[in-house]
Amino acid sequence: MKKLINAPADVVNQALQGMALAYPNLLQVHFEPNFIVRRAAPASGKVGVISGGGSGHEPMHGGFVGYGMLDAACPGAVFTSPTPDQMLEATKAVDGGAGVLHIVKNYTGDVLNFEMAAELAQMENIEVAAVVINDDVAVQDSLYTAGRRGVGATVLAEKLSGAAAEQNRPLGEVTEICRKVNAQARSMGMALTSCTVPQAGKPTFDLPESEMEIGIGIHGEPGRMRMTLKSAAEITALLAEAILDDLPFHRGDEVLAFVNGMGGTPLLELFIVYQELVKICQGRGITIARNLVGSYITSLDMAGCSITLLRLDDELTRLWDAPVHTPALRWGC
Amino acid sequence: MTVITQAAFIRWLEVFADYIAAEKDHLTELDSAIGDADHGINMARGFQAVLLKLPTLADLDIGAICKAVGMTLISTVGGASGPLYGTLFLQMGAETGGKQALSLAEWAAAFAAAVQGVQRRGKALPGDKTMLDCLLPAVTALNAAADQGLPLDQALNLAEQAARQGMLATIPLTARKGRASYLGERSAGHQDPGATSAHMLLQAAVQAWG
Repeated sequence: MKKLINAPADVVNQALQGMALAYPNLLQVHFEPNFIVRRAAPASGKVGVISGGGSGHEPMHGGFVGYGMLDAACPGAVFTSPTPDQMLEATKAVDGGAGVLHIVKNYTGDVLNFEMAAELAQMENIEVAAVVINDDVAVQDSLYTAGRRGVGATVLAEKLSGAAAEQNRPLGEVTEICRKVNAQARSMGMALTSCTVPQAGKPTFDLPESEMEIGIGIHGEPGRMRMTLKSAAEITALLAEAILDDLPFHRGDEVLAFVNGMGGTPLLELFIVYQELVKICQGRGITIARNLVGSYITSLDMAGCSITLLRLDDELTRLWDAPVHTPALRWGC
Repeated sequence: MTVITQAAFIRWLEVFADYIAAEKDHLTELDSAIGDADHGINMARGFQAVLLKLPTLADLDIGAICKAVGMTLISTVGGASGPLYGTLFLQMGAETGGKQALSLAEWAAAFAAAVQGVQRRGKALPGDKTMLDCLLPAVTALNAAADQGLPLDQALNLAEQAARQGMLATIPLTARKGRASYLGERSAGHQDPGATSAHMLLQAAVQAWG
């Protein structure tokens, strides 16, 4: 294992210290329990939007704390859900009296811990709504599994719900927007290499030089199938077609296209994937009205990418264009 | 031993923490085959915190000890194991409030309530390839032994054997809960890491109380 770390056990805390030092105007980091909170929280009368999950997916979630997006983020250990005490303290820190939305990715640990946190917050008379994001089409048989995983749509849900909350819309409406994003978005990812969890010290799985994993999750958990490495055009088609057929997306739809890097893939390659995706969408009569290309929901040092398509309507497009100022996303202000 | 004293109960937790520490890498290896390679790391972190907490619990009753252990696990383990093991100890605590010692029948009832709590929290069914596949047979064996009035050591041995069989029986199963479920049929052929750590609860009981 070659990593820029001091000690595996210190990775998360030292990274959080670095974030606090890098963005003092945007956020504060609270330790024990760990959470990242917006400088101005709580804002009176504004719905608090929080998320959380294992570390190792940076910039998600801490990099999305700031104006127009998240009010707080709870980082767990690497690839491990945070704990209810973190979420409870974060919820209390951002509650401005209008309630708090928990955006939860659909993994057993995240769901169980956020459920316990919501029960605890409600005991302290804070109104909590939760939306579970499950956009990963790679999981086909959701009846016999823990269900579809939450992946790329999480980033979009955090931006769009955060924009709605910034307009001081009530908890019910912010929650509804988050649900709509989840309902109208689909994703699928692939890996060229495994990732290495610092505390494990070796790659999570073996992937020979000539092979790739299709349908990978964001924790290095093996995906749907393994196949011989193909060109960017063929890989993009594999991912895009699974996504397009699933919602399904139709001719005339306007979409937000999100090409995401898994952490170890250069932007150069992501743009190659993006131009392939544009061709595929054009061929189906689908208009890419907005896009996001870059590494926003990663899996440590894994090489690979994911594609997310979100069907837009006027409301979602307006919320996407609304100003945002976080460490990882910034426009309009 | 005929009853499980408060001191023996603490001894059980210490032995279990030792097992987890010794098997940390093995549990993580099992988890990297079908999960996300963190079960041993998370459990070791949680039970290290429990070990640090135990000296402050020495004067408490068994129920209060269980509750403190449960809360410690919930705030230190993370993942799915945190709420599941945390709930296990919280429910065990709800059954053993005020007690300084447990008979076999009381232990069997507390253990059954604990496992029911895990089942409610995780919503898994038998055969889903989870820790329940180890714990449910242990509950049945322990209850049967208590009903037959067997001595404690014999009952614990039977429960441990049932747990071991349940753990090994997860190998051919296809996972339907947790991260392993995303692998579908590819999860078959691997022993479930949660069932493996759960078996150590019974192994530790045999060593501490047998």
